[in-house]
Amino acid sequence: MLNPEATFILDIEDISKIYGPIKALQNVSLAVRPGEWLAIMGPSGSGKTTLMNIIGCLDSPSSGRVTLDGLSLDSLSSGELTAIRRESIGLIFQQFHLISYLTALENVMVAQYYHSLVDEREALEALENVGLGDRAKHLPRQLSGGEQQRVCIARALINHPKLLLADEPTGNLDETNEALVMDILRSLHRQGSTIIVVTHAPEVAAHAERTVVLEHGRVARDTRSPLLQAKA
Amino acid sequence: MFLKMLLGALARQKRKHLMIAFTVGLGVSLATAMLGVMFDVGDKVNQELKSYGANLNVIPKGASMLGEMYQLGGDEGGGPALSELESDFIREDELYKIKMIFWAYNIVDFAPFLTLGVEAGGRQVPLTGTWFDRHLSLPTGDEVDTGMTAMRSWWVLEGRPGDEADPGGVLVGRELADALGLAVGQTLEARAPGGRAATLRVRAVFESGGDDDRGIFAPLPLVQDLAGRPGLVQRVEVSALTTPENELARRAAQNPGSLTRIEWDTWYCTAYISSIAYQIEEILPGVRVKPVLRVAQSEGAILSKTQLMIILLTLLTLLCSSLAISNLVTANIMERSVEIGLLKALGATGLSISLLVLSEILLAAFGGGVAGYLVGLGLAQFIGLSVFGSTVAVKAVVIPIGALMVLAVTLLGSLPALRALLGLRPTEVLHGR
Ligand SMILES: Nc1ncnc2c1ncn2[C@@H]1O[C@H](COP(=O)(O)OP(=O)(O)O)[C@@H](O)[C@H]1O
Ligand SMILES: [Mg+2]
Repeated sequence: MLNPEATFILDIEDISKIYGPIKALQNVSLAVRPGEWLAIMGPSGSGKTTLMNIIGCLDSPSSGRVTLDGLSLDSLSSGELTAIRRESIGLIFQQFHLISYLTALENVMVAQYYHSLVDEREALEALENVGLGDRAKHLPRQLSGGEQQRVCIARALINHPKLLLADEPTGNLDETNEALVMDILRSLHRQGSTIIVVTHAPEVAAHAERTVVLEHGRVARDTRSPLLQAKA
Repeated sequence: MFLKMLLGALARQKRKHLMIAFTVGLGVSLATAMLGVMFDVGDKVNQELKSYGANLNVIPKGASMLGEMYQLGGDEGGGPALSELESDFIREDELYKIKMIFWAYNIVDFAPFLTLGVEAGGRQVPLTGTWFDRHLSLPTGDEVDTGMTAMRSWWVLEGRPGDEADPGGVLVGRELADALGLAVGQTLEARAPGGRAATLRVRAVFESGGDDDRGIFAPLPLVQDLAGRPGLVQRVEVSALTTPENELARRAAQNPGSLTRIEWDTWYCTAYISSIAYQIEEILPGVRVKPVLRVAQSEGAILSKTQLMIILLTLLTLLCSSLAISNLVTANIMERSVEIGLLKALGATGLSISLLVLSEILLAAFGGGVAGYLVGLGLAQFIGLSVFGSTVAVKAVVIPIGALMVLAVTLLGSLPALRALLGLRPTEVLHGR
């Protein structure tokens, strides 16, 4: 049976997240189509990370409904959420979070290991795709920040996720490396990946086709990039 | 991959894992030493207790009652009057046979005694003749040294020990020596009831801590002469290494005739105190052999108390190790919370991460355990030598017990950390809050 909601890869309806007195998210609704590139902006503390955690199945909303690729996430146990995250989500972090005692290649293979089977050739290919074929045997501390972030991207992509989530992926990078990372995201977008990027930087958000601005846990604006619309 | 992560983590947190290994090693070395001693302590305590006195009393059949009365303290005045009947004595020249029974090698020492009330220094005094350190050449060709000196190893002597080659040299009890104002080197006259007399020279003053302190010990021939009972003794004390009593031994002790042939063989060929007693009765007709139950029973009691204490100490040691490991493992997990959060975010289940961490810790723990076992072997020898004056044979059974202990201690110690690990939420560690 074809689920009509499947036209959205992600469908968020009226979710709130409450931490004691703090309302991190209030009545947020958001629908994302397959292949869309979405930027989430907003001041610090506006709820961006909270929203990303819920989309990434790392957390559950206090109320409201989330549907991922036609599958309702309501009332799933943390074990079931872990399984969905493993299958459908690729995570990119501001602090990269590579395992310090494993090489670049092994860091990619860890994601394979917990997903299904390790395949060294495929992992190496993923590193080559982000321009790090010659750095496979390096430990994280032997890599620059930009290179570490690209390893992180390779790891996020290795299991072919339906949704790529990046929380401030360029927050710790200089302009050159930021440009490199954005290039990679752009080419992924061209290949049809669905990407959600949280960022402070307008020039990073400018690459996206759509920008959602959060303020005090609410969606303040939801705009399509005029530039890209013109291109289309 | 699992192996790579395991080895990587081990190499990276070398110091923490070394600490874990060290802690386990310490616990295991102590536990190995204590268990090693415990399993061997039976023999050790037995030997120890044997050196504190006889555990078999050989007396003439006819004199049983008298002998027992003597045992209960008949020497208040100066010893009982000697019996006139030859059957109330044991022949000295047959005693060597004690060393020829089936369990001859379990006979550590034996010594004959003949006690006569004499008048010395104006009072009635028990004078006991014995072998101090007699050399025997057995018909079997074996050479044996035996006597009372070895069986009273706890006596504190002032002067020189008794000597078979000094026929007039005696040992005087401290209480008597003080009462008579006797010192080493002095002489005193001893007058027997029959009128015979002898001059005794004080070789040593001894302290036994018991009734013996009121008497005199002399070479056997001297007392036999005074008593007019040449070649005769009243009783023999035998010190033997024995196997702890069991049901079979108890039944046999009551009536050897009640055993089946096979049971009887088993009993006869085991160094039970009762089978040794039986064999001495076989080889020396006309005697009765009575186990000195005080010693036999306290042996068992002391043994089980010692073992209980060792077990408690071992458990305490293991508990301490567990607590220390608990701290170390918790610190380890805390330090790696980001890594663990990441693995969870990548889709690892709590179970798979727990397995990884546990393997890591168990590997370190078993490394430490092996080292600790080796140290413990040495420690056991040290304890054996310093407490019992002999080495300890650590039984192989200590190894599986040790392995189980390492497993239990490590798992127990890791429990709180594993709970923290399972409860750790990736969102709390991955965004640098
Ligand atoms: N685990 C938490 N416990 C309590 N408050 C939280 C927690 N996570 C987020 N918050 C609060 O929710 C609000 C939104 O946080 P966050 O989503 O991290 O904002 P952003 O990523 O936009 O800076 C903030 O006020 C933050 O303090
Ligand atoms: Mg944030």
